[in-house]
Amino acid sequence: MNAEKQNKEAVIRVENLSAHFGKRIILREVSFQAFSNEITVILGRSGCGKTTLLKHLIGLYPVRQGRVEVMNFSLAGIEEDDYHQFALRIGVLFQNGALLNSLTVAENVAIPLEQNTHLPASIIDYLVRLKLHLVELENAADLYPTQLSGGMRKRAALARAIALDPPILFADEPSAGLDPVTLSALDELFLRLKHGLGMTILLVTHEVPSILRLADRVVFLDEGRVLYAGPLTGALESDIEPIKEFFRRELSLRSLKGSSSLQSRK
Amino acid sequence: MSFSDLKSAPTGKLSWEFRGEELHLRGRLDLQTLEQHRTRLEKELRQFARPRLQVNLQGVEYLDSVGVAFLNLLRVFLPSQVQEVTLVQIPAHLKKVLENFSLPSQKERRGVLRGEWLADFGDQVYRIFQESVPQFFYLMADVFYWSVVDLFHSRHRRKGEFYHQGVLMGANAIPIIGLISLLIGLVLALQSAAQLRQFGANIYVVDLIVISMTREMGPLLTAIIVAGRSGSSIASEIATMVVTEEVDALKTMALNPLRYIVVPKMHAMIVTLPLLTFLADVVGIFGGAIIANIYLDINFSIFFNRMENVLLFRDLLTGFIKSIIFAGLIVLTGSFHGFRVKGGSEGVGRVTTASVVTAIFLVIFADSMLGLLFYFD
Repeated sequence: MNAEKQNKEAVIRVENLSAHFGKRIILREVSFQAFSNEITVILGRSGCGKTTLLKHLIGLYPVRQGRVEVMNFSLAGIEEDDYHQFALRIGVLFQNGALLNSLTVAENVAIPLEQNTHLPASIIDYLVRLKLHLVELENAADLYPTQLSGGMRKRAALARAIALDPPILFADEPSAGLDPVTLSALDELFLRLKHGLGMTILLVTHEVPSILRLADRVVFLDEGRVLYAGPLTGALESDIEPIKEFFRRELSLRSLKGSSSLQSRK
Repeated sequence: MSFSDLKSAPTGKLSWEFRGEELHLRGRLDLQTLEQHRTRLEKELRQFARPRLQVNLQGVEYLDSVGVAFLNLLRVFLPSQVQEVTLVQIPAHLKKVLENFSLPSQKERRGVLRGEWLADFGDQVYRIFQESVPQFFYLMADVFYWSVVDLFHSRHRRKGEFYHQGVLMGANAIPIIGLISLLIGLVLALQSAAQLRQFGANIYVVDLIVISMTREMGPLLTAIIVAGRSGSSIASEIATMVVTEEVDALKTMALNPLRYIVVPKMHAMIVTLPLLTFLADVVGIFGGAIIANIYLDINFSIFFNRMENVLLFRDLLTGFIKSIIFAGLIVLTGSFHGFRVKGGSEGVGRVTTASVVTAIFLVIFADSMLGLLFYFD
């Protein structure tokens, strides 16, 4: 069915993935699964290997140790033809957008539609406007990426990532640099994509409110290891110290703000 | 390769049936199925001959945004006598998809203002004379001012930058300029030798080579080569710095970007271009002497004896003044275009091209003006 797929299947399977740059070990035996029609959040502190893990999942870094399977594509030593098939079926939102600066926003969104489908111009035009409408950028269609603010650039890149309605969407820190209103609109869009189109979404983020709103499942990385992989509720109740600290930070910061404002009143 | 070729595409099926005014759709209406069946479906839609079309969606299992776009744009594929298109019997789970992934209907794309070509042309000319030309002169005044001021303020100079730029613009250009002016000297002598020999005026090849090299060819050739080499590198370096906000960073650190970036280049260029020109003169004349020796039986001692009588200090001075002016023009056009960059990496390429073209044009234009000036003394 469109809305609810009852039988969950693992669309991303990672087993014992290790990675290192030179002598620096980035990932140590990472294993987890992500299920279809769910939002999985990879989280952890800066420098814990989140982006490296993501780049392994989308095939930009070669898998040298361990196994990575995404939608029945095994990414270790994948052939070029197979990678092309794979790339057609994923959408990726890069950390800084990665829009082509020489094209307008609308042209950027139209790239995958024009290059990978035979749709007529009227439908492509409609889809481009629709995707820009979904990210609330319909008025920026004819601007160039350099004329956009950081948050707008990120939303334009998201419109491009979902241009082909990919079954899996990967997003690297979609929330960084966004104001709270845009952020919640973006979260709502992720939920719409999940419920409406049955999209599987994998996010890298450390925005706690976003995680609480969106995540079905979380993968918590710490210094390249998976500390926890499972449902969000389990992570919130976890006794593992770094995870507790991560979620507690929000609350402790709020109390800190309260006490300082008391002091200034004295 | 496209979606319809996907080996591992999910086995999505789409089927349809026209029943009177109704079109019954069944199965998945998404990118894959539409890529497969769209042409056939469109053909049948175009033959639809009734005034109203009701699209029955009861049998549709899955809809993605391509499907929604198709449903919303159905009218485009229908003949013009169809007045009304309605979607009926929409299953509950599709209602949300249709709602969430449709464009709000009232929003039409705003038109782009298009003027008459004459007005556009006038606009461009106006912009060149109202914006570009004054900007160029402002930049020229600023750079000239700071170049003179910084001669006396060693504190503001970046250590080693003058030397570094001098090596980049001057020393590294020696081989190519030497080679090209040698070849030009050879060719110039060769072409004139054939003519002069007919009149027995062999000896005048010395006058011809010496005067044309020192007054004209030397400065002009050197300036054109340097405009291509260093002018482009100045423009792209500055443009990259603007694009990556390095120039903004300099400004916020209370540094004047002109003083920090352009002035050392200006100093280096003004010193090295005349030296390169002198090199070109010498090598070019030497090339001429070789040809005179081989084809016109004028040996080196005759050639250089004659040269002493022909070569005036004024000729050398003319070339020297020209080359200083060319040096200023090359650095100015490079930095002018560099600071004007718009857009990202493509903008850098565009201004680099523009700077080389403008620099070469300005060099030749200035050369002809100065030629006139010196001709009348």
